[in-house]
Formats: sequence, C-alpha cells, structure tokens
Amino acid sequence: MEETIKFQLNGKATEALIDPTQTLLWVLRNHFGLTGTKFGCGMGFCGACTVLIDNEPVRSCQLSVGDAAGKNVVTVEGLAVNGKLNPVQKAFVEHDALQCGFCTPGMIMNATGLLMKNPAPSVQQIKEGMENNLCRCGAHMRIIEAVQTASKEMKGGK
Amino acid sequence: MKKEQTKDQDLLQSSERRGMPRRDFFKILGTGIIVFIRPWGALDLIGSPSEQARGVPKDYNAFLRIADDGTVTCYTGKIEMGQGIITSLPQMMADELNVPLAKIRIVMGDTDLCPWDQGTWGSQSTRVFGQLMRTATAEARGALLELGSVQLGVPASQLEVKDGIISDTRDPKKTVSYAQLAKGQRIEKFLDVKPSMEDYTKFIEIGKSYNRTDSTLKVTGEAKYSGDMKLPGMVFARILRPPSHSAKLTSVDYTAAEKIAGTKVVKDGDFIAVINEDRDKADEAIVKIKAEYSFKEIPVNDKTIFEYMLKADSNASSIKETGSIEEGQKLCDKTFDSEFHDPYLAHVAIETHTALAQLEGEKMTVWAATQSPFGLREGIMRELGLTADKVRVITPFVGGGFGGKGEYQQGVEAAKLAKMTGKPVMLMWTREEEFFLDTFHPAGVIKIKSGIDKSGLIKFWDYKVYYSGTRGSEATYDIPNIHITHYGQKNGAPPVHQFGTGAWRAPNNNTNTFAREVQIDIMAAAAGIDPLEFRRKNLKDVHILDCLKAVADKFGYVAGKAPSGRGIGIACGADAGAWVAHMVEVKVDKSTGKVRIVRITCAQDMGLCINPEGATIQMEGCITMGMGYTLAEEVMFEGGKILSNSLDKYTIPRFSWLPKIDTVILDRKNQPPQGGGEPAIIAMGAVVANAIFDATGARLYQLPMTPERVLEALKKV
Repeated sequence: MEETIKFQLNGKATEALIDPTQTLLWVLRNHFGLTGTKFGCGMGFCGACTVLIDNEPVRSCQLSVGDAAGKNVVTVEGLAVNGKLNPVQKAFVEHDALQCGFCTPGMIMNATGLLMKNPAPSVQQIKEGMENNLCRCGAHMRIIEAVQTASKEMKGGK
Repeated sequence: MKKEQTKDQDLLQSSERRGMPRRDFFKILGTGIIVFIRPWGALDLIGSPSEQARGVPKDYNAFLRIADDGTVTCYTGKIEMGQGIITSLPQMMADELNVPLAKIRIVMGDTDLCPWDQGTWGSQSTRVFGQLMRTATAEARGALLELGSVQLGVPASQLEVKDGIISDTRDPKKTVSYAQLAKGQRIEKFLDVKPSMEDYTKFIEIGKSYNRTDSTLKVTGEAKYSGDMKLPGMVFARILRPPSHSAKLTSVDYTAAEKIAGTKVVKDGDFIAVINEDRDKADEAIVKIKAEYSFKEIPVNDKTIFEYMLKADSNASSIKETGSIEEGQKLCDKTFDSEFHDPYLAHVAIETHTALAQLEGEKMTVWAATQSPFGLREGIMRELGLTADKVRVITPFVGGGFGGKGEYQQGVEAAKLAKMTGKPVMLMWTREEEFFLDTFHPAGVIKIKSGIDKSGLIKFWDYKVYYSGTRGSEATYDIPNIHITHYGQKNGAPPVHQFGTGAWRAPNNNTNTFAREVQIDIMAAAAGIDPLEFRRKNLKDVHILDCLKAVADKFGYVAGKAPSGRGIGIACGADAGAWVAHMVEVKVDKSTGKVRIVRITCAQDMGLCINPEGATIQMEGCITMGMGYTLAEEVMFEGGKILSNSLDKYTIPRFSWLPKIDTVILDRKNQPPQGGGEPAIIAMGAVVANAIFDATGARLYQLPMTPERVLEALKKV
C-alpha cells in the first residue's frame, strides 16, 4: 500500500507517494533517478549501494524506503556542492583511485562516512573501515591513498 | 603505408551486413569532415580464420569526425571497462593528428556508429587496434592537409600542423585550422587502411602520464552504465533459472507470481520471465513461480574434477615438440615429476550482466554491459531473425569485464523480452545469476616431467595441460628437448566442463605460469642454486632477463638458496606480447596456515608504453586481483549446481589483504606497444607459492593456497 514518505534527500526536504516496503536502493534509482547508487549484489555484501543515512554509511539494498522516513539521506550525487567535488571525490580523481568506476560511489560514500566519524584515521583504520566494500579492478591501494589525502584536506579545513 | 581512395561510396549502402543507412549517420553525426574506414587491415590482423570465413563486415564505417569547433571525435568498437583506453587511445590519436588531447572525444562500442570490432579482449586495444587507429589517423591528417592545401593555395608538402592549425612553412601567417576547414562542410573521406610500423620516438602525447579522463564522471555518479538508462514505460525483468546446469524443467505454475501487483509473466518454451515496473516486485514475483525439474546425475564436483579430467577420453594435440624427451632424460642428473591443479574461477565484476532493450518499429536497440557489442548484435540477429540494420547495440560504461563480459547472453535475453512484451525491458542479473551463468576460468590439470644435469641446466621438459588451455604454455626457458601436449574436449565424448568456461583475465596463462614457475623453483632448490640465478642460467629470452634484473634491483633482492626462511619468491613469464617478472615477500602463520603477502614488486616490458600512469594502474590491478586466485578464489560445485553463488561464499581480495606494491615499467620507446592490462597477473600464483616454499619448505601444487592446503603441505615438510 502506498504511503507518503518524507525524508531529507541530498539536502532537500523530499516526499514520495510510494510503497514503504520498497528497497531504498531501487527507490533512489528508479523513483528519484539517482543512479549513482549501484546494484552489485542486493545482499549487503559488496557495498556498491552505500549511502549515508544521518551521516552513517548504510547499504541501501538492505533498507526499505519506509525505514528512511524522517532521516537525512545522502547519495553520491549529493556530495559535490555547486559542482565542487567533496574532498573524498577530489582525492579519488587525483589518485586515479578507480578503474571501471562501478564500486566507486559506494567507496566514496563509505569513506566520507568514515572520515566524518574519524577525521584522521590511520592506514589500518582505513583498511578496516573500507574492508567490506568490494572492488574487483584492484584500485585498493589508491583508494587508501585517496582517503588519506582527503583526511588531510578535511583536517586543514579547506 | 598504402593509401587507396575509393570513389565507390555506394559501397556504404550496398552491404546487407552493415548497420545504419548512411543518411542516418549524418542525422547523428551532423556536419564536419567525416572519415570512414574499411578496416581490412584490422581484420587481417585480428579476425581469426573462422571469423573471416563467417564474413565479418568489410564495409566502411565512421572512424573520425572533425566538427566545426575543431573537436575531433573518434569512433571505436572497443569499450571502456576500467582498463583505461578511454584515455590512451585519444593520446595516440592526438599525436598523429597534431591536436591537443583536450580536443579529442571518443565514442565507444556503438554498432551503428563505430567500425566493426571483434571485441575488447586479449590485450588487443593498444597493440592491434591502436596501430590501426594511428595509421587511419595519419591518413585522415593527410586528407586534411589536402583540404588545407586547396584552401591556402599552397602545396600540401609545404604545410605543417600544430595544435590543429595548418600553416604554410614558408609564410607562417598563412593559416587555416581544422575547425575552419570543417565549418559548414559535409566532407566525406573514404580510406582503406592497413596498419604500418611507425617511428615511436617522434611522439609528444604518447609516453606521457595522464590521469583517467572519465574519473570526474565516475566519482559524481554521473557516469552512465547500462543499468542507469531509463526509458518511458520501462519494465524490469527477472528470468526463471534452473537450480542446476543439469536441470530440465518438467512443470511450472506461475499463478502466484501473477498475483503480485503489476506483474506479467511471459513464456516461450522453457524461457519464462516476469516483468514489473518495480524491480522489487519483479524480485518478489519470480520466487513465487513454482517450478519442478528433472536432474541428470553428474558425478563430479570441485574436489573430484581433476581426477575426472585425467580419466576423461580426451583429444590430445601436440603443441610443440623439439628434440627428444628420451634423449634429454639420459643427460639428467635429477628428474622431477609434478602435478598441478587449478580450480574454476568466477569473474565477479561488480556490475552484473545488464542490458536494456527497446523495440521501436522494426528496430531493436540494446544498451548492454558487454565486451563484445558487435558479437551481441550478431547474437540478437540470430535469436530474433533480424538483419544488421535492424539491431543497434550501444555500450555505455562497463563496470568491469575481465573476460566475463565477452559473453552477452543478457543482451539477447533483454532483446527477446522487449520483443515478447512490446516494452523497453531492463534486465540486470542478480549476483546469483551472475555466478550461475558466468563463463568461468576453466579448471585444469598440468603434469610436468623435467630434468637437470649436474650443472643445473634443464635438459628436458615434458609438459601436459588438461582442459585449461594453452596460452602461456610455451616452455619459456632454453631447453633442448621439449614436448608440450594439450588434452582437450574430444568430439562426441561427454563434456568435461559442466558449465560455461571462457576467458578470465590473461586466459589460461595464470594456470600455465603457475605450473611452470613452480616446477622451475623445484628444480632450482634441488640443484642448490639461488632461484634467480637458476632462471638466468636457463633463460635466453632477453626480455624476461631484463625484467628479472629490473625486479631484483627494485626489490633489493639478495641471493640465497631456497628455503631460506625469508619468505621471498620469484616468478616470471610472458603474455599478450609483453613480459613480466615478480618478486614477493610473504609471512606464513604455521599454526593457522594463513599466508600474508607483505610486499610485491613487478617489472613489466610492454614495449612502448602509451600512458605510464594508466599502465601502472593496470599492473597494480593485476597484482591485487591476482591475490584472489592465488589465496582464496575457487568455485565450489556439485555436478551442475554452483555452490559458490554469493559474495560471502566466493572470496575476492579486500583492503586488509593489501601488500606494499611497487611497479617498474621498462623503458622501450623504440618498440611497438603491447598489451599491458593482463601480464602482471600471470605470475601471482607461482610467485606466492615459491615464497611459501622459501618461508617454510612446504611446496604447494594446487591453487588457491588456502590455509587448509598450506597446513596440509606443511605436514609433508
């Protein structure tokens, strides 16, 4: 049964008349056209669908849209401000921390969430924090470097 | 370089195999100078005899367009799946055309716009297509100079080009730009192109490092993959899959599925699918279908497959025979007899096989995640009985392929469903479908008998490879008596592989290099010679010797006989026209059997390197991906049933595995470019196996080297 679900989406108050049991991933992609959030496995194992909910990285394939009601949802499309990339996005570009790019939005969302909680993580903490996001192209080393660079920039308050 | 201007433009209209009618090109391409090529030269190079016999299209197709703002657009049937040719191909083009890289756009994998292409695999984009493209671009530049010559009233031989501006060398004020030549024009040039060798030292853009040109699109979520396309009225489809490759549908009841709101069930024989505007509802509906199957008993699983292969009625073919194994044996002081096992591997691109299909009138358009847009077009033509001009395949960004997207079943299925339902159909395989329908890296067995004389020289090499393919099976070392035999599927015999197998990054070579380089290490240890020295002693190939030297220097290798307890391994090999050598340091936990790779260095000779940054990324990717097949990846199955069907049952490398990675690219500016996206993965299994031996004295003959297998091997020390 459809209901009106209200939440913050990429900084804007949003509402949708929708079946609340639908998966947040598919609602974001099909209802809102936010296709940066990717389907990789649908079981929460790969992290390609990671979004931020109240600043926490969450697997959007494991959440119904009803569960997002009243919350603050940010997708990869919501990170750049007026075309200016957020420090994590910028660092991914600088370090060439991607190849096919399909895991990249999930990686960036997870790293952004990680840095919000811990602005100066050690390499070990970055590895632990990123462990459950899968990349098949093997960009891991550069992703770690990019997260370090983003951490420095965020601490510098640039 | 031979140039042949063809006046017969009607050829474009005449071939029944070609795609879009010519007038439609111009609707899409607009005005400017458009160069069409007929890639005969490329077909000679890349079309296998069977493909040429099938009659690959030899018609002209758009190759490049110069627009009236001076922008150059390149059309290529190649696709971008992360390997970075979206950056390196324009680099090659910029140099030939004398335009800045920023002025170059690239349109990839659109069968209506781009020249026919066999597929993006086999490390051919740079070494084969790149050569053709540069030659064609040089021809195009010649055509532009002719136009400039007419415009300026100066002989073409007196003109030069810089940054897209043609000027008179005698009167530099006389200039005309490519943009001006193209303005308001509709000029068509038809070229027949054969690739030619070039002087690689003259280039400006080639050899410079560039960051990926698609990264901003990819970090913002703007980059469109096949699943990101949306059309009015689009529905999501899920297809009923059997539980096993040996299952046959006996009965089906889909009344419950039809009760899910908005769901329609479509059926064509055993091909049964549900469609719904919502993906969730399609997911819900498909599991409501009650299907029953009969099963054929297949008495083989992931543990018994190797014995099964050895016992199978095989077709033996001799790949190479020089000297005499018998004579070689007589010269030996020590002989060695080993058997190596390699399992099935899944590709696990993070993007599953995806396609969107739309039938408009009689024209089928399919957006697909594929390494083979032209192959998919043919597949759809066959399945639906359509002609080439009625099928268009467009390839947006591809979310990883590694060989697995050389197959295009999902594109054919989506097209079929679009025809059956009359709606645009989005088909995005689930991860489980991906594991079930994947064309796995084939499992295989390799048996090697070899021997050395008293001085440590290899005197014979009797190599047998069963069912896993021959790429990389050459002996590599300088051995007087060699016999290499491949045992493969025999016509009429029961199939040995119980499911689809196919290319998996550097196909076959991971298996062959593992076996060869471990066998070499076994002999080095038995001879009491440092494994690097043993290789040098038995190698004549200067490319590999150079790679070994480069890797040893960078790694800081100190000679020592294995097992030294240090955990250092060496391996080397050749793939896709390139050469590699690896050194690694591992730590082995003898109580758990867990292996950790501490650091790894890889040196690669790939000829002229177009984009060193891009090549470095590929090497790092190979090393990281290669840790997977080395330490953990293995498809578990029972008969035709795939047990490794999710990402918690099939382990791929993660952040915590990451060693320190160093790469060295050998400077080869005077040699033709080769494949750079695969070689660095081939020696991963062997280099780690040899390092485990160096650390512990335990020898592993089977991939992956899981903790259980390491513990097992440690017991035998």
